[in-house]
Amino acid sequence: MFGKLTIEALPLYSAIAAGGAAVTVGGALLVAIVLTWLKAWKYLWTDWLTSVDHKRIGVMYIVLALIMLLRGFVDAIMMRAQQATALDAGGYLPPEHFDQIFSSHGTIMIFFMAMPFMTGLINLIMPLQIGTRDVAFPWLNAVSLWLSAAGAGLVMVSLVIGKFSTAGWTGYPPYSGIDYNPGVGVDYWIWAILISGVGSTMSGINFIVTILKRRAPGMTLMRMTPFTWTALCASVLMAFAFPAITVACGLLALDRLFGMHFFTNAHGGNMMNYANLFWIWGHPEVYILILPAFGIFSEVVATFSKKRLFGYESLVYATAAIAILSFTVWLHHFFTMGSSANVNAFFGVTTMVIAVPTGVKVFNWLLTMYRGRIDFHPSMMWSIGFMVTFVIGGMTGVLLAIPPADFLMHNTTFLVAHFHNMIIPGVLFGYLAGYMFWFPKAFGFELNRGWGLASFWCWLIGFYLAFMPLYLLGLKGMPRRMETYNDPTWQPYLMVAAAGAVVVLFGIASMVMQLYVSIRDRRLTADRTGDPFDGRTLEWSTSSPPPPYNFAVIPTVSDREPFLVAKKDGTAYQRPASYTPISIPSNTPAGVVLGIFAFVLGFAIIWHIWWLVAVSAIVMFTTVITRSSDDHAEFTLSAGEVKRIEDERFRELGRRA
Amino acid sequence: MERHGLATYLIGFVLAVVLTAIPFWLVATHALPPQRLLLVIGIAAVLQVLVHLRFFLHLNFTTTPKENLLALVFTALLIFIMVGGSFWIMFDLHQRMMS
Repeated sequence: MFGKLTIEALPLYSAIAAGGAAVTVGGALLVAIVLTWLKAWKYLWTDWLTSVDHKRIGVMYIVLALIMLLRGFVDAIMMRAQQATALDAGGYLPPEHFDQIFSSHGTIMIFFMAMPFMTGLINLIMPLQIGTRDVAFPWLNAVSLWLSAAGAGLVMVSLVIGKFSTAGWTGYPPYSGIDYNPGVGVDYWIWAILISGVGSTMSGINFIVTILKRRAPGMTLMRMTPFTWTALCASVLMAFAFPAITVACGLLALDRLFGMHFFTNAHGGNMMNYANLFWIWGHPEVYILILPAFGIFSEVVATFSKKRLFGYESLVYATAAIAILSFTVWLHHFFTMGSSANVNAFFGVTTMVIAVPTGVKVFNWLLTMYRGRIDFHPSMMWSIGFMVTFVIGGMTGVLLAIPPADFLMHNTTFLVAHFHNMIIPGVLFGYLAGYMFWFPKAFGFELNRGWGLASFWCWLIGFYLAFMPLYLLGLKGMPRRMETYNDPTWQPYLMVAAAGAVVVLFGIASMVMQLYVSIRDRRLTADRTGDPFDGRTLEWSTSSPPPPYNFAVIPTVSDREPFLVAKKDGTAYQRPASYTPISIPSNTPAGVVLGIFAFVLGFAIIWHIWWLVAVSAIVMFTTVITRSSDDHAEFTLSAGEVKRIEDERFRELGRRA
Repeated sequence: MERHGLATYLIGFVLAVVLTAIPFWLVATHALPPQRLLLVIGIAAVLQVLVHLRFFLHLNFTTTPKENLLALVFTALLIFIMVGGSFWIMFDLHQRMMS
């Protein structure tokens, strides 16, 4: 009846694991109680959970990402605390538990923090920037969101029922195979990734079609904003790279469930083919995450330097070049596999080449700032902090691109420091810059600057403290993922790294404070014009938050920075002679239902509850067919209703003037 | 939008079934030595992709817009990099393992 699921699955084997489970369950209960107390369930359901509006879906993605950021950070600080005290089998975590923590940290930060954050920001802003009313497939968009949430839910549930994978976020066989890992941990990892991966692939396709087909009249490809360009390139990578990890994880699941031999040593399997398939996805994934961040930096730097972006064309070509090159470097993740010199040399050289277009971009941003009138808004500070720090990570990356050097550094903390040096300043700082930049667009009031700056400085200093010692430790030969060690000269470095994690904790606390203070003072910082930062592109021409239809009249574009030009010419904020009815996709519970049953499906496969697998698959299939055959999936907002909303908007604008 | 008759879909379906049945039959009966078997499966798979593009997605060189064909060329390039690269890497490794 319940497959492998028994009462043994509860985490009563250790106090720390039980504590983690209690915090998870308690947090969920607390949210439920607060929602009940506020009587907000109905509002949440009708206005948010069932919504197919790209802006609301974007916000929900970002909320998911911020929650998972907290969870991933708790993992991080637990690891730092363990390693700081783990000399000669000290520390407070048993190896089995420590291994789960580093596995879930990596999995969460990549798949359930960075991916939803990026998808959320693209969802929120890209349709506004290209002057359209929604993405090409609004319902598919909701499905993507809820599949991502289902994957995140599986990772969270593994805290309470059963254990998570101990095979690291990359899950290499043979260790992740059924012989060496008979428990449910690896299955949790596989199904969380498979389910959310389907969502990401569909998001990629959705964004590609939206950008190619739904741009406002006059917006040629070379008039798109840098963020839209990077979103397009990242979406192409998503659509083409995610199938590779779906195949890799799917084959691993077949190995584990049905005793197949794709990645075993016996019967013709080859475990290194898993590494090959995994990194065919894995390297483009790095650029999926970082290209949109590059786009955000481009928007932020231009806006807060009050200058046109320097070298727009070169930035676009650099983005496209990175997108193609990102498919030609994957072997550098497993140089130590032992390929012949020709293979290693080819992938080493392509890896070094990819640094060139990235370097071009750094000059784009620097020269945009040059002689600009810079406003040191927190978003701008994230961008400057990124430029300085990211270049260091880039250089250590070129160092690791040399195969003989990589042989020495592979699997040391030098590598850990390198990729955190790319992903924290590159990806996370970029998304946080975007979050603080576009927050007023999404909610109609600005975020507090002081707490934003405090958060920035804590993150920056904390980052240096946490990861520079890891570079040194890597050069001294410390392997990554160590639960204990016996070299006393390592400990001081690990203590500094742990102190860095504490400083980052202050940075996260500042973000929470910033949200609290900003919501408290929202009337003081309300954004009545929709354009708080003297913006340059179309998203700032609508109200904050934008109406459900984004633009009452679809704008016609004749420049790369259409809104700035309109403000200069005095043609911004003009009332059209008349309004026309607008049809809008209706909300639907189908997305949530699919997400819930995808979660149940994954859970049932993990625990071998086969009847439940069949039931949830049938429910999912029926939901898709029902919703897809619904011919009344849209409603029409009458011209009068549009006029009422627009009149309200112009009254606000008038009050401001 | 031109209409595509039922006949096109049926031809495509029959071809797809045949191209699926051949590899299954060869594997089930061990009719060929492994090396050649893999080659035949590979060829049948590529042919099947072409069948899908022609009969289900209705791509051809006369009526399909140029940008769609360009997207297809781009796809072909990426698949060449991924599949070709995987072959290069894995056969190279195979040789070095002296197996």
